Amino acid sequence: MSIYLFPPDEDPGPSFAGLLRLVQPAAAPPVASSTELEVRHATTIVALRYGAGVVMAGDRRATEGVSIAHRRIEKVFAADRYSAVAIAGAAGPAIEMVRLFQTQLEHYEKVEGTALSLEGKANQLSQMVRGHLPMAMQGLAVVPLFAGWDVARGCGRIFTYDVTGGRYEEADFHATGSGGRDAKTTVKLGFRDGLSRDEAVELACEALFQAADEDAATGGPDPLRGIYPIVATVDVTGFSRLDEAEVAARFATVTERRAGSMRRGGALQPGDGGDLR
Amino acid sequence: MTMPYYVAPEQVMKDRAEYAQKGIARGRSLVAVTYDGGILVVAENPSRTLHKISEIYDRVAFAGVGKYNEFDQLRVAGIRHADTKGYAYSREDVDARSLANVYAQYLGQVFTHEMKPLEVEILVVELGATETENRLYHISYDGTVVDEQHRSVLGGEAEAIAGRLDQAYVEGWSIGDALSGCVGCLAGPDRSLGADDLEVAALSSGNGRRTFRRIEGEELTGLLGA
Repeated sequence: MSIYLFPPDEDPGPSFAGLLRLVQPAAAPPVASSTELEVRHATTIVALRYGAGVVMAGDRRATEGVSIAHRRIEKVFAADRYSAVAIAGAAGPAIEMVRLFQTQLEHYEKVEGTALSLEGKANQLSQMVRGHLPMAMQGLAVVPLFAGWDVARGCGRIFTYDVTGGRYEEADFHATGSGGRDAKTTVKLGFRDGLSRDEAVELACEALFQAADEDAATGGPDPLRGIYPIVATVDVTGFSRLDEAEVAARFATVTERRAGSMRRGGALQPGDGGDLR
Repeated sequence: MTMPYYVAPEQVMKDRAEYAQKGIARGRSLVAVTYDGGILVVAENPSRTLHKISEIYDRVAFAGVGKYNEFDQLRVAGIRHADTKGYAYSREDVDARSLANVYAQYLGQVFTHEMKPLEVEILVVELGATETENRLYHISYDGTVVDEQHRSVLGGEAEAIAGRLDQAYVEGWSIGDALSGCVGCLAGPDRSLGADDLEVAALSSGNGRRTFRRIEGEELTGLLGA
């Protein structure tokens, strides 16, 4: 390994992606040549703001076409101490993007001696999504969700993206992925200003529950295998991931509450031996 | 045609070494010691923002004395080395030894081939899983690497400070004792150093994945007062 010193006009500064392009071009993601690829997809993720921070949650299922490719995939990650990133879309490039993003934030912090602002982090991620556009055009779209605690303003903030790298700040909540629509509607109905942490966590769990109920690609709670969605909060103390027991308890509450309303389908009487006349 | 004067290579090297030593001696010194919870690095540095001690990776830190712009570019190169290595392989594969070798190669190269040697002395430390696995690599302006045990002193007055530190050092001391010991050694018998004159950082195992932590503000005054 040689020493990474560059003349001033080529110096990548604190940009890790820029450095990687100079020293390890092979590490940059290759452009896919076919749209016929069947790749793993990660599905529903949700983020919402509460009084003292943000909650982020994601289910654990990855699909490959119509089959379940993985039951324990993780879609919610700590980007750094004060922010979280969640991914939906093609799982391979998405996870690689998160890894690069995490490294970039830490690299910047070490080189510059101070952490990026939350807005700066959101813009960095935007550039990475934009850089991924050629792959997105081939059908390998990656759509992250970014949320964190803004240390300067003292509030939680949520950013969403589209495949072109467009960055939009959400006031209160957002959900994306194949079950995103159901999840978002659920949060919308249950949301109010100044939710407590526990209420917000429960609402996020409810949203994932409803998404899994309607969307085949979204995995619900799986008590049989002991697999539960990943739920994390970011507040003034930083990122923290809820332990599995707490998430299991939340889902138990949600399931219990929904059990009554969902059995109403019992009113339909079974047909008489398949006779359709 | 005039012939250039012949200068013996010994003389060239001697002159360069003298030049580098003089540059380093103009700056203030730095001390690193192991303590019961990790590795402590203490530098005499009146600036709060221009650091001599920095984080390189999860368990690796960097410290430099001499000309600021020169050791700072080495610091950035070190972070680049560690981050690209960790990204290409895995976080566990980043270690101080490989980084110390890269630095040594570069410093040696500059010392023999360039007009002006770098006026720096640097230290690469790594927090091991156990105390015996802690690493302190001391690298001089000419690329000489020394693998030091338990303690290391960098800077112009290194010899005098090292002499005092040999007396003061206690294996397995607490962070408070280690700090006051180091400060006493840096100051010497005729001076005293306060929190405003010091930059202090530690690699400590109780710190999660990133073990590097600056000790500053109230924590520093508290430890110095204790």
